[in-house]
Parts: sequence; C-alpha cells; structure tokens
Amino acid sequence: MAVISSDNRGLRLAVRYAVLILIALIFVFPLVFMVMSSLKPSQQLLQDSANLRAFLPVGDISLNNYFAAFQRAPVATFVFNSVLVTGVTVLFSLLVCSAAGFAFVFVKWKGRETLLAILLATLILPFETIAIPMLLMVAHLPWLGVDGLTWGWLNSYRVQIIPFIADGLTVFLFVQYFKDLPGELIEAARVEGASWGQIYRKIVMPLSGPILATAAILKFLVMYNQYLWPLMVTQEEGYRPVMVGLQYFFQLNVAWGEVMAYLSLITVPVLAFYLYLQRAFIASIASTGVKG
Amino acid sequence: MASKFTVSNRTGWLMAGPAILLIAGFVILPFFLAIGLSFSNQRLVSPNPTEFVGLSNYRQLLDLATLRLEPLRDEAGQVVMADGGPQYPAVRSLTRNNPDRPDLAGMREWFSFSTGGESRTVVLARDVVFMKAIVNTFIFVIVVAPVQAGLALCLALLINQRLRGINIFRAIYFMPVVVSIVVVSLLWRLIYDGQSGLLNNLLDAISFGMIPPVNWLGNPSTALGAIMAMSIWQAVGFHMVIWLSGLQTISPTLYEAAAIEGASKWQVFRYVTWPGLRNTAVLVLIVITMQAFGLFAQIDVMTNGGPLDSTQTIVFQAIERGYGKQDISGGSAISVILFVIVLSISLTQRWLTREKP
Repeated sequence: MAVISSDNRGLRLAVRYAVLILIALIFVFPLVFMVMSSLKPSQQLLQDSANLRAFLPVGDISLNNYFAAFQRAPVATFVFNSVLVTGVTVLFSLLVCSAAGFAFVFVKWKGRETLLAILLATLILPFETIAIPMLLMVAHLPWLGVDGLTWGWLNSYRVQIIPFIADGLTVFLFVQYFKDLPGELIEAARVEGASWGQIYRKIVMPLSGPILATAAILKFLVMYNQYLWPLMVTQEEGYRPVMVGLQYFFQLNVAWGEVMAYLSLITVPVLAFYLYLQRAFIASIASTGVKG
Repeated sequence: MASKFTVSNRTGWLMAGPAILLIAGFVILPFFLAIGLSFSNQRLVSPNPTEFVGLSNYRQLLDLATLRLEPLRDEAGQVVMADGGPQYPAVRSLTRNNPDRPDLAGMREWFSFSTGGESRTVVLARDVVFMKAIVNTFIFVIVVAPVQAGLALCLALLINQRLRGINIFRAIYFMPVVVSIVVVSLLWRLIYDGQSGLLNNLLDAISFGMIPPVNWLGNPSTALGAIMAMSIWQAVGFHMVIWLSGLQTISPTLYEAAAIEGASKWQVFRYVTWPGLRNTAVLVLIVITMQAFGLFAQIDVMTNGGPLDSTQTIVFQAIERGYGKQDISGGSAISVILFVIVLSISLTQRWLTREKP
C-alpha cells in the first residue's frame, strides 16, 4: 500500500479542482457575459467589457433592453412560432418513429430488413445536401386545407414541421432500445390474444420512458435551433421562428444591449430546462454514440 | 423467435408506413432530385421550361486551367522590370477573345506561382470563389476534427475521475451544446470585436498591453481561425459525452489488472484505455467531419463569407446560389459535390480504422 501524506493528497486535490474550475470558466463566462450585458445600456456594456465588470450585474441595471427588443421585432410571434413548431414536431416524431421502431423489432413482415437498411443508410446524408432540392420541392407541393386545394408550402407551419417528423436516427434509437426489451413478453401477449395496438400501448410504451425522453430531447434541440431551413422557407414574418428572428438584430448599426436581451430571452429558458434535466440531456447525447 | 403469432404484413406496413413515407419523401427523394437537378438549368421560379444541360453546372463550378506567362519584353528583347520583378502580361488579355484558347473565356486567376526561370504559371478557375470555398472548408475540417476530438477526449478523461461534484463540471462543460450555434455566433461577434471585444481586452490584460487589439473577424488571416475556435468551444462538450460513454464501457477489471502490474498512468492509457475506445474514436471522427462539412450558420451570422472570401464555405455557396440567387440547379450541383466529398471521406476513415485481422 502506498502511503501518501495527507498534505500531499490535499494539494493534489486542490490542483485537480483548480483545473476543473478554470476550464469551467471558459465555458461559462461567455454565457454570463451575455446575460449581464442584456441588463445594461449599450454604451455601458461596451465600456464594461474592458474589465471584470463585464460579468457582474453592476451599474445602470434595467430590463429596458428587453422592452426595446419587443419594440424592434415581433418577438412574441417568433417565440410562439418556435414553441408551436418544436412542440408539434416532437410529439408527432415520438409517435411515428416509435411505431416504426416497434414494427421493425417486434412484427415480422416482408421487406422489413431491406427497409431498415435503407433507413439507416439515410444517416449519411447531411441535411445541407438536400436542403436546396427540398426548397424547390416544397415550393410546388399541394395542400388540402380549409380553402380547398392550394399549391406551395412556403410560408406555413407545415413546411417547418412535416419534413422533420421522421428521421433515420430517431427510428434507429427506438430500434436499439426495443431490441433490449424481452421479446418473449410480446410473443406471450400475442398468444394470449392481445392486439398489436394493445401491445404497443399497454406493454411497450409504458416500458419506454427513457427512450421517449432521449428522442424528445434530441428532436427538441434540433427543432428549436433550426436556422437554415426556416430562413429559406419563411419570407413572411408571421411564420418565422426565434432563430430567424435574430436577423432583425444584426442588421446595420447593431444595438448590442438589445441583441444580448434577445439572445438571453431565447436561450435562458433552454439552459434552465437543460440544467433541470441535465442527466437526461447528457444520456440522450451519449445514446447517439452507441454503435449498433 | 419466428412464431406465427408475430407475423403480420399488414401491421408491419401500417406501423412503419408513416415513417417510411416521410423519410422517402423528405430525405431520399430530395437527394435524387439534387442529382437530377444538377444536370438541368432549373430555377426556383422561371417562365422557361427546364432543360437538360449535361455537365455544364459542374464545369461552371470545377473547371480549372493553367496558363504559362512569359515576361513582357521591350523592343530590344529585354525583360521589362517593375517593382523589383519582371512584368507579366495581364491575365485578362489572354482569357478574353483569345483565338488560340477559346476555352479560357470567362475564367479568372485563382493563384499563380513561378516555375523556375522567368516564366510564371497561373492557375485559372471558372469559379474562383467556389475554389476558395472548397479550400476553406477543407482547412476547417482538417483543423477542427482532430483538435475538437482531442480536446473532447481530454475533457472526458478529466471528468471520468471519482471526485465530489464532478457531475457539476460535466454539466457545465456540456452547456454550450444546448445553445444554438446562431446565438453563439452572434454572441461571439461581440467577443471578437476589434475595439471593445472581450477577447482583445483579455489579451491586453494578460500581456500587460503587449498584444495589440486585433479585428478578429475583419482580418482575412484571422477570420477563419476565429470561427474554428468558437465552433470548437460550442461543440466540444457533445463529443466529450460520447467519449465518456465509451470510457464507461471499459471493464474496471482491466484497470485493476493494470494497477497490480504496476503500470504507469501513460501505460494504462496506452494499453487499456485507448484500445477500448477504438469504436468510439471512429464514430467521433466521422460525426465531427460530417458536422464540420456543414459549416454554414457561423458564416451567415458572423462574416457572410468575407473578408476577401476568406470564410467562404461549400454550404454557404450552395445556399447563396440555390436560395439567394434562386439558381436551384447550381445549388444542387454544389450539394452533390459536397455529398461525394463527405461520402468518400467517411468511407476512407472507415477503411483506415478498420479492424485489422
């Protein structure tokens, strides 16, 4: 047994924590700077960045930048649009992708292995390589709505929702998770005469809490942070989400106070949500790294 | 377990159908559309019918040529000198209305180098900006992939120790990952500001005024580097978590055995940890490479491709053409080029890191 004097051990521990804290500051300071700056008039904000006051709520502190941001752009509309598009897409995605995962793992049907392989192959297609042809496509798609048959999906909610409901990664995550559930359970239920719908609702879904959380978090992050796609398909203010709304703030002569207020407004709720559920967030990212 | 009770073609298609249809319609179909459109002259809105134009979009993007320039000579046959070097004819005079080289019409100088003696070789490109975009994207990937993967591994090893409160640090390092890259880009525009930016003030303070302020995003030699640093800051936590889950699959008994054998810290890493991370390493590298090739939002928010095209990227060019100029066919051709690059790189990475027998 190695004998380490307590002094030595304390010192080493202190060094370890010092390194950890120093790195933590690199990740935290820009975000603290953002929030603190949002509370200061633009001029003071720029002066403060010369010293540590940049990270402290000192000087002329107010919520004026937030009011000004609401004046400059229809912020409430952007937030509403983002919440709506993100929420609806996450819900439909969970339903559609879990059903597909269920069919691929528990049900035996013709073509399932080929189709699963094709779905997995789509994982190597970066979204950026299909964005431009998809733009042309959605500009000409039909839609049957309250005012009859119309053509073109640009400037709508559906154009931001429907293309992102199903994706190879989410289906794959459900498939991986369902494979670890006891298959005998499902078979026994079938023998007992349970319908597929009952098995899905009453046996599999109640066992799927962790994977539903994972899939929801991943989809939420992708959808809430969407930028390129809504930038292209929403020319009308009324349908724009928060990330595209940012454009109103980085045009000519940037008012940094207002910019920081808007950034804080759209980021702090997500950060709070993350800190509250950080174990689930980190577990969901980690699960994308499990090789099948 | 092929029980007859679990066979049902109808249920299978019914439950998997919606996902299959949506992925076929919004992922697979656009991909084949991209290939098809790249051989056409399709625009987003156009009164003219679409025509097949063969490889002309690709030629427009990728066409290269070289031109050898002999120095100008005066009547006596002496080389004309100016600014301490020989004078060369203007490239323009050779590409415009040159009956000997009609193929050079419309091409511009990309770069030139001297080829021994007095002559210079000029490399011409039909689309110089796109060439710069390809080079910048490759520089970005070649720097970001190894640096980000390496830093993420260091963080993962740091977090993987038994210490009180270590989960708090893990949560903090991961924090920027949940913040949108668009938000991060706009925030860092102020941090990188040439006058009152935090970074300049910080460098000034720690160097006691020795480092003069730099306009990080306004200077062609620093803009791309600044974007790289910020991108790594934002995403490194993501790959730290993937490395961590790889680290946790390594059996503790291996570490115990190494401790009994009296292995040094480096030996433990080299012979226990690293071999156990093999699959994770392949995955991390492929994921970072794919993400890095998609570089767009940072450019759109921070530099718009400038200054002097020093931050043009492939995706930025695809969007500028396909959406900005509504030239769907040109944008599609760039998308296909990007896909071919990403596919060949991930196949190469897989091949290089394959399990050797």
